[in-house]
Amino acid sequence: MTGAVLKVENLCKSFGALPVSDAVNLEVKSGEIHAIIGPNGAGKSTLIGQVAGGLSPDTGSIFLNGQDITGLKMAHRAQLGLGRTFQISSLAMEMSVLENTILGAIGQRQDAHRFWSPVSRNAALGDIAMTALAAVGLSAHADQVVATLSHGQRRQLEVAVALTLRPKVFLMDEPMAGLGSEGTKTMTGFLDRLRQKAPILLVEHDMDAVFALADRISVLVYGKIIATGSVEDIRKNPEVRAAYLGNDEPAS
Amino acid sequence: MRERHLNILVLALLAAVPLCAYVSDEPFTITLSTKVAILALAGVGLNFALGLGGLVSLGHAMFFGIGGYAMGILASHAQSYTPIYDGLFVFEGTKSMLVIWLVAVLAGATAALVIGALSLRTTGVYFIMITLAFGQMFYYFTISWPAYGGEDGLSIYVRNGFPGLNTLDPIQFFALCYGILLIVLYFFWRLERAPFGLVLKASRQNPLRVTTVGLGVYRIQLIAFVMSGAVTALAGALFADLNRFVSPSMFSWQTSGEIMIFVILGGIARLCGPVIGAAVFILLEQILGDLSQFWHIYLGVLLLVVVLFAKGGLTGLITRRGAS
Amino acid sequence: MPTLDLSTLLLIEQTLNGVQFGVMLFLMAAGLTLIFGVMGLINLAHGSLYMVGAFAAAAVAGISGSFILALIAALSAAAIAGVLIEVLIIRRLYDRDHLDQVLATFALILIFSEGTRWLFGSFPLFLDIPAALSGPISLPGGIEYPRYRLAIIAIGLLVAFGLYLLISRTRIGIQIRAGQYDREMIGALGIDISRLYTVVFALGAALAGFAGAMIGAIQSVQVGMGEPVLILAFVVIVIGGIGSIKGAFVGALLVGITDTLGRFLLPLIFAQFLDPSSATAIGSALASMLIYILMAGVLLIRPTGLFGAA
Repeated sequence: MTGAVLKVENLCKSFGALPVSDAVNLEVKSGEIHAIIGPNGAGKSTLIGQVAGGLSPDTGSIFLNGQDITGLKMAHRAQLGLGRTFQISSLAMEMSVLENTILGAIGQRQDAHRFWSPVSRNAALGDIAMTALAAVGLSAHADQVVATLSHGQRRQLEVAVALTLRPKVFLMDEPMAGLGSEGTKTMTGFLDRLRQKAPILLVEHDMDAVFALADRISVLVYGKIIATGSVEDIRKNPEVRAAYLGNDEPAS
Repeated sequence: MRERHLNILVLALLAAVPLCAYVSDEPFTITLSTKVAILALAGVGLNFALGLGGLVSLGHAMFFGIGGYAMGILASHAQSYTPIYDGLFVFEGTKSMLVIWLVAVLAGATAALVIGALSLRTTGVYFIMITLAFGQMFYYFTISWPAYGGEDGLSIYVRNGFPGLNTLDPIQFFALCYGILLIVLYFFWRLERAPFGLVLKASRQNPLRVTTVGLGVYRIQLIAFVMSGAVTALAGALFADLNRFVSPSMFSWQTSGEIMIFVILGGIARLCGPVIGAAVFILLEQILGDLSQFWHIYLGVLLLVVVLFAKGGLTGLITRRGAS
Repeated sequence: MPTLDLSTLLLIEQTLNGVQFGVMLFLMAAGLTLIFGVMGLINLAHGSLYMVGAFAAAAVAGISGSFILALIAALSAAAIAGVLIEVLIIRRLYDRDHLDQVLATFALILIFSEGTRWLFGSFPLFLDIPAALSGPISLPGGIEYPRYRLAIIAIGLLVAFGLYLLISRTRIGIQIRAGQYDREMIGALGIDISRLYTVVFALGAALAGFAGAMIGAIQSVQVGMGEPVLILAFVVIVIGGIGSIKGAFVGALLVGITDTLGRFLLPLIFAQFLDPSSATAIGSALASMLIYILMAGVLLIRPTGLFGAA
């Protein structure tokens, strides 16, 4: 109960007779990376959706720094400090890298109702944005249109935008997806340093990255968490091996 | 050609043509130019919602009509010396443009607030159909409300007054409308570059992204819709003043379509797109209209070609030639 | 509640009128909602297809004197027009955003309207009710109701039933339902999407043209007759839910009856406590807004319509 930045308590959701989240209990503590792994169809996306606010659970609660956010809308949760990145990059494609990041800065400052002074002359927004871009290494691409970015660069931009929000916790849905081995290495190193800014709830398929990064791992199978523990514990857990790790996917 | 140069050229032409017509004593051309300026203003209004916000408001003529009838009601009571309301307090009509514009803008904004608040709870096709339906509602209501002419409309015998100007003089009235257009264009230009403009544009491209950074898309879109309604209503009041006539057709779906055509022809979301579009539309109406009474067919074909093959409208075509 | 001084016969007659109106609205709305459900396309030109049907019927009836031939002409002309524009223009729009679809189909309205005016002139055409269906028919309770309007109700319900059978019992129907559910999947299942889309569009067009012809006999056949009906059909779909034929049916009857009874009852209700001219004025003005208020009400409670996907 103490020290948990993000807490998921007895989350249940069913689509008809199919339980997609079955009494899920989770915690993300300060400074940690808590990874969620599990086979396809286990319900990871639905879980993320409920934590982020796009889906509402049937029963159960979600707490952010002790505050019950279960009934709150997505935008409100973001304001309270939930920084989310998407598996399929969700960015304003026609805008530039900088503009997307400034969007995040505007969101952080809740300052969208300015109608007169140009964004380009707004030092506060510019600073937040450029700092975030520098942190992910995209400063050189600030004026590039997002549609022309490579897949890996878009992932970096997603993280940059999440950074501008000064989140209390990161919610990351398969950040390694689609990255080559170089990109994965860079992202892994980056996430490792990122945990100091805010803890990360990480959904991932790339087992090498998960074992390298995670402080704790929870294994989700058919909507149920069958095990939670350190990397070693999970590796040795026979249920987990049977359900998931036994059919080891090669690192992509 | 760079877009900025195109914009200056277009606005300069819009001023130059009536000035030349003034010198050569052709009041009809001045009136046409005034019509272009006013219709462009309606298009700029739509552009706030449609161009920047991606809100396909197919009933925007309702705001045009509201502005027109604001003028019609106020002026008709003034010219017949009967008060609009004579109870606890007396609410008289007026023929002062400044007051009329204020009322028109407030009425347009209020209507947009109510209708937007309701319609923006939906998205996509629902929104399109709902705005179209509400436009139609105003149309039918105005036809069946007998007090202000019903289907026949309402005539205002003398143009309303503006301090210091003879508004019946075509060039002076043009200058007034042109001035308003410039002011609104300037506001549009600033809005687009301000944080609100950025968020609004992002809401069109990716509403989920905007939500994820903690901003409410609904409120942003509603504010844009209200601004849009207010500006289009102002254009409606000016249009009614130009023609000294107001009728339910200002509310019709055809009018909604035409306003959208100006915006698309000129280039959606472009600053002076509506100006170009309105000018082209009026030119076509004059030139083709003389050739054939069925000139709407050519307009339809042109629109089809633009939509299928030239999405950026005329602005897109012209600016693509130069280096950007 | 003030006692209303109406004859119940009048009320029943107006209700039947409302049903008749609703049934014809359903034909328009069904086509529209099918086209949107299966192809994701918003089609403003649907009113033009309604008009094409009416004009074809009037023209053929004028030449041949046969109402049956006129109806066949209406169906064929509208279907052919539908196939033509689908192949030439509409199919380029399936991948476009809604704004493009709106603009392109609006352009089609312009072309169709002016084209029809060019062909037939600006004056309305007249389509006569066939002799066999003219005059009143006696219904139980002493009601005298126009035979033709009753026929419209019957035919409309028959078509609705036929549509129901088509969608639920035939192979095309299954393809349509599958397409509504998951557009990308049916391509993967090897169904010829192109042909399916053309068929659906033509079906919608035929329904519209048929409705135009039937109504053309009781109202005049003129350019621009289709658009008010189109917009009403939009209201129906919003109330009923996009993509739902059942929603279109319920919505159409709701709209038809509300509008007709509203126009009839509201001035009478107001006449209870206002002077006659004010009562008529306020009553009919309010009546003209009634279905839009209904639509707004439905939207407040269920933004995706009564039977729409949530």
